[in-house]
Parts: sequence; structure tokens; C-alpha cells
Amino acid sequence: MNPTTTSFLQQEVPLSWYLLLSAVLFSLGVIGFLIKRNLITVFMSIELMLNAVNLSFVTFAHQWHEVRGQIFVFFVMMVAAAEAAVGLAIIIAVFRARATLAVDRIDLMKL
Amino acid sequence: MNAYLHLWLIPLAPFAGFLFNGLLGRRLPKFLVTTVALLAPLVAFAAVANAWLLSQANPALLPLAETCPTPWINIASLHVDFSLVLDQLSLVMLLVVTGVGFLIHIYSVGYMHDEEGYARYFSFLNLFLFFMTVLVLAGNALVMFVGWEGVGLASYLLIGFYFQKKSAADAGKKAFIVNRIGDFGFLIGMFLLLANFGTLSFDGIGAQLALNPAWHGGLLTVIALCLLLGATGKSAQLPLYIWLPDAMEGPTPVSALIHAATMVTAGVYMIARTHVLFDRSPFALGVVAVIGAATALFAATIGLVQNDIKRVLAYSTISQLGYMFLACGVAAYSAGIFHLVTHAFFKALLFLAAGSVIHGMGGEQDLRKMGGLWKKLPLTFAVTTVGVLAIAGFFPFAGFFSKDAILFAAFQQGDVGKALWLVGLITALLTSFYMFRLWYMAFLGKPRSEVGHHHATPWSMLGPLVVLALLSICGGWIGIERFSAYLAPSTGARPHEAAGHLELTLGLVAIAVALLGWFVADRLYRQRPASAEQLAAAWPGSYKLLLNKYYVDEVYGVTIVKPLFGFSRFVLEWVVDVAILGGMAWLLGGIALLSGALLQRWQSGNLRSYAAWLAAGAAALLLYVLVPWATVLASVSAIHFGVAGH
Repeated sequence: MNPTTTSFLQQEVPLSWYLLLSAVLFSLGVIGFLIKRNLITVFMSIELMLNAVNLSFVTFAHQWHEVRGQIFVFFVMMVAAAEAAVGLAIIIAVFRARATLAVDRIDLMKL
Repeated sequence: MNAYLHLWLIPLAPFAGFLFNGLLGRRLPKFLVTTVALLAPLVAFAAVANAWLLSQANPALLPLAETCPTPWINIASLHVDFSLVLDQLSLVMLLVVTGVGFLIHIYSVGYMHDEEGYARYFSFLNLFLFFMTVLVLAGNALVMFVGWEGVGLASYLLIGFYFQKKSAADAGKKAFIVNRIGDFGFLIGMFLLLANFGTLSFDGIGAQLALNPAWHGGLLTVIALCLLLGATGKSAQLPLYIWLPDAMEGPTPVSALIHAATMVTAGVYMIARTHVLFDRSPFALGVVAVIGAATALFAATIGLVQNDIKRVLAYSTISQLGYMFLACGVAAYSAGIFHLVTHAFFKALLFLAAGSVIHGMGGEQDLRKMGGLWKKLPLTFAVTTVGVLAIAGFFPFAGFFSKDAILFAAFQQGDVGKALWLVGLITALLTSFYMFRLWYMAFLGKPRSEVGHHHATPWSMLGPLVVLALLSICGGWIGIERFSAYLAPSTGARPHEAAGHLELTLGLVAIAVALLGWFVADRLYRQRPASAEQLAAAWPGSYKLLLNKYYVDEVYGVTIVKPLFGFSRFVLEWVVDVAILGGMAWLLGGIALLSGALLQRWQSGNLRSYAAWLAAGAAALLLYVLVPWATVLASVSAIHFGVAGH
């Protein structure tokens, strides 16, 4: 690593901590996605995973003095917002149709 | 190329008629179909007649070649052009094909008037004329083969015209399949020509042979015999004649045009066209002559006892084609073509007259149920009489001159030639007998059955009969000398045959033999009508042998068709098709079905199980990327060999 690129931030909080936090958040998202039965909780777990990824993007962008990573974060946030709108609409439609939000019961597509 | 002479117009006019009637004919009024159908052969005939007039005015015009400017086939060393050639031989042939063809088209208008598929019939008839003119005009063997196969197709379509009738459909298939055997020979002959001459053009082959006068026999014999096999298929000679009698299932004008006057003579035409090859191979010529004489006699004996009016004529056609082969076999090509021309006239006449009889009898074809028709169908009776006299070889009818020329040419070919002449003479006796038998049974005596409703014969049918009758009378008056002098540029000049009292004697013998045939028929069928049956009863064995056509169909059935059928059924169908191919298909299907049944369980429809698989897949990929496999494997192998790692 080039010593001239070392920053104030690295001296205060090491990079690995940020990444560790990101990994923990992502894993929580995955676990929530896998074990939760409520569709809204599952949906929120997805949001959690997206934001964990956003955190690692920002971290690397700062580390390498790269603006592209930050731009990516904006893209992810925008797509997440759109996805939240569509996803919530679907959830409402599903609830109206089936009167339940348990993911195990939403299996109409099964052969 | 001549500005007023377009060879391509000759085949194209019938082809246009075929397209028009084939595509639109069903939706158009009948008179329009008729007009187009008649216009097509008329334009072709006018073009041919125009060519004939121009070539009479300017003899240097022939041979006239026309080649499509772009090469037809151009692969590596194989160059074949689509070329048409008009010379004396093809001109004579074209005059017959389009002229008789036009007459038969006119006749068909009356004959087929009330039939289903009127437009279909005429489109096929035009298609036939298209392919036949291509065959005749062909400048190389491949173009000829196109026409050759095409007339076979048209023949198949027209034999099976009444395709709802099983016997007609079967007869069409039989004709097509038997012709395939002959075509196989033609194809092999073409390949040999291509391999050894490097060209398929008749001119090119002739030029190469002329440059090498020492080439004789050997390979040329093989090529000539292959071509002969093709000719025996198309021209219904031994051993491939069996399809022609069955071909009578087609409408009668078709029998007249395709199976008597034109298509079946294609084999004779082909031999005359490739005569340079046959001339160099005495053996092949001998085979041609023997096949011709044998077929002539063989078919004539069968014709003696047949009771179907069209079958008698069919066997007579085979027999007369045998005469033409005999002529070609003794290298008297112009005599063969001469007989081809006169035969086209009188056999078309006889078939059309038979059609008129069948029409008048309301579809009855059995001679035993006819009789006394001369009163009902006087004009048909008159023209049939002309046809019978012509085919029996009475002076001065057309058949006398051509048959005489052939017998005379055969007589001059040494001892074998004299034997062939004798066979030809016996055939002439039999021909005269069975034709007068037909004449007596159909037209004279008392009616042997009540005719339900009597059709009036329309003029469209009677007109062609009269024209053909005139041609059957006058067609031979050209004389063989003038005819062969005209054909000499195409078929080669023959050394001048010493005419004189020998020819006169042979002619008188032929007439005497024809008279004898008439006399015997008169005895058996007019004076003592019962004696024919007594004769048959006296020799039941030979009578049954003849009536059953020497059991040739049965023999072929047992020796060729049955084994082939058995092979197809047991080996090809059951072993290859059902066991091997079907088994493989079944195996593939089974694998797909089984794997589908197993993998189906994976698709649980449970969202969380899908997500778990997704996560597991991501984890596996991550593991694959992150773990330094090279190092891990190295340390694992180090442990395996007991060497301590670092």
C-alpha cells in the first residue's frame, strides 16, 4: 500500500471495521430473508442487504479516492426506492387476493 | 441464332399452359381452360412448323443450338450448360410430338368433357408436352434426363388420374417404380460418360469419338448397355415392359399420347441420339436387336388372347416398339425413327378410336361384350379399319413402308439378321391376326351386349380421328430413302442399300403374311365364331399361359417384389425403424422424462427454499473464488506422500 495515500480516517477507524460491519449487516439480511415468514419482513431484509452493500461501496470509494463507488450508491438507492414502490404494491395486491402474507402459502407458481 | 426462331418457345408454351391451368384452372370457366390448354400445344406446334419451313428454305440452319447464357452446373471440373439443339432428328420428333399432341388435346376436349378434374387433366397433359419437348430438344444427356424424368412424372400423374380407383393408383406407382430401374441405368451411363469423356454434350461425345476412330467396344459397350437399360424402361421392352399394360388405367387419350405415340418412343429416340456410341459397340447393338425382336414376338403372342381392347393395343405398342429397337439394333436408325413416326400416327389413331368405342359403349372395354359396332359408330369403324390395315402392314398404308424398311434392314445383316427378320415376320403375322381379331370382335358380327345409353361422339373427337386416319394412310409415302437421306446429318449416312427385286420380294412376303393373319382371324372370328373357343380348349395350357401374360408379373412378384417387401418389412421396418431408431428415440425420451421427474421436486414453490439455494450457490461461488486451491491441493498431496510441508 502506498504510504502517501494513507488518510486521517484510516488512522482513526480501520477499513476492516467498516467492511466487517457491512458483512454483519448483509448476513443479518440474508438470515432474515431465509427464516422470516412475513413477506414485509422479508422485504425489509432485502433492503438491509442492499444497504450493507452500499456501505462497502462507500468505504472502498473513500479508501481509493474513487467517485464511481459513490455514484453507484446513488444508483442502488434509486433502484431500491423504485423496487420498494413496486414491491409494496405487489405485497398489498397479494394481501388483498390471499388475505395472508406468509411466504410459504404464496406458492401459486408451483407446478 | 435465328431472329425468327426461338427454341425455348417450344417447351415454354406448354409450360405456361401447365402453370395457368394447374394454378387457376379450377376456378375458371371451362371454355377458358380449354382455350389455354389448346393454345399451348398449338403455339409449340406453330414454332416447330416455323422451324421446319425455315430449315427447308435454308438447310444450313440445322443443326441449331441454343444455350442458356449462364452455365447451369459449374462445379470444379463439371460444366453442364442448359442447351437445346434442333437438328433433323429432333425436328422430325418434335413435329410428331407437338402435332399428334395437339390432335390428342383436341380429342381430349370431347373425351374428358364431363370428367372431374378437367383442368387438372389438361395441366398434366401440357406438363407432359413441356417435358417431352425438353427431352427431344436436349443438347446434352443431363437436359435429356430432366425431360426423361419429367415425362415419367407426367405419365405417373396421368396414369393415376382416377386416383380414387386403387388399380389406377397402383398402376401409376408401378410405372414410376419400374421406370426408376431403367433410369438407374441411364444415370450410370451418364456418370460413365462424364468420367471418360468429360462432357455430356452429344456433340462433344460425337466429336471425341470421331477423333479417336480406334475406340471400340469395352467401355463403350458398358455405357451403351447402361443407356439401353434406361431405354428398355422408358420404351417398355423386355425385361421392363410390365408397366405399360397396367398404364392403360389412365384416360384413353393419355394412353394414345403418352403410352403409344410419344413418351414410350423416347427410348428409341435416345438410342438414335446416342447412336455414335452404339455404332462403336457391335455387341451392344446386337443386344438392342435381340431385345427388340424378342419383345416384338413376346408381346405379340400375349396380344393374341387379351380381351380388353386397350390391353390388346398396349401389347401391340410394346411389340411395335420392339420393331423400332430391332431397327436400331441393326443400325438402321432412320428406319426405326420412320416406324416411330408412322406408329405414332396409326397407334394414336387406334387408341383414339378405341376411346371412341369405349365412350360409345358407356365405359365398356371388354371385347367380348362388343360386336356389331360398325352400324352405331360408322366413322370410328372406318378410321379403325384404316388403323388396322396400317399396323398390319398393308400397301399403301403407312405401316407397310416403315415395317418393310425395318425387315429389309434386318434381312441384310447376315445370318443373325435373317433370323431376326424371321422373328419380325412372324410378329407381323401375329400383329395382323390380333388386330383383325380386335376388328372383328368389336365392330362386326352381332352385338353381344345391350348398350345402356349411347353417347353421341362429338366432333372434337371425330376431327382428330380423321386427320390421323389420313396421316396413317399417307404417312409412309415419303419413302424410307428420302426419309433416311433427310435424317442422314443426325443419324449418320448409311451405305446405300441395294434396293431392287429383293426389297420387292420381301415386301410381297410381308403383305402375304399380313393377308394370312387376316385370313386366320376371318376364319376364327367371322366364319366360325365358336372355333376360337374350341382352339383355346384344345390347348388349355398354352392358352392360359398367354392369357396370364406368361406369368411374368407373378414371377417378378415372387423373385423381386416379395423378397424386397420382406426385407423392407422385417429388416428395415422392424429392426432398423422400430428397434434401432424407435429404441433410441424412446431412450432419449425416457432420460428426459426421468430427469424431469427427479428435478421437479427441486421446484418446491417455497420461496425460502429458493432463497436458500441462491444463498448456498453464492456461498459456493465465494468459496471457489476465495480459497487458494493451488496451495490447498499442494499441501494435501504433500501430506499424502508423507513429506512434511511448511
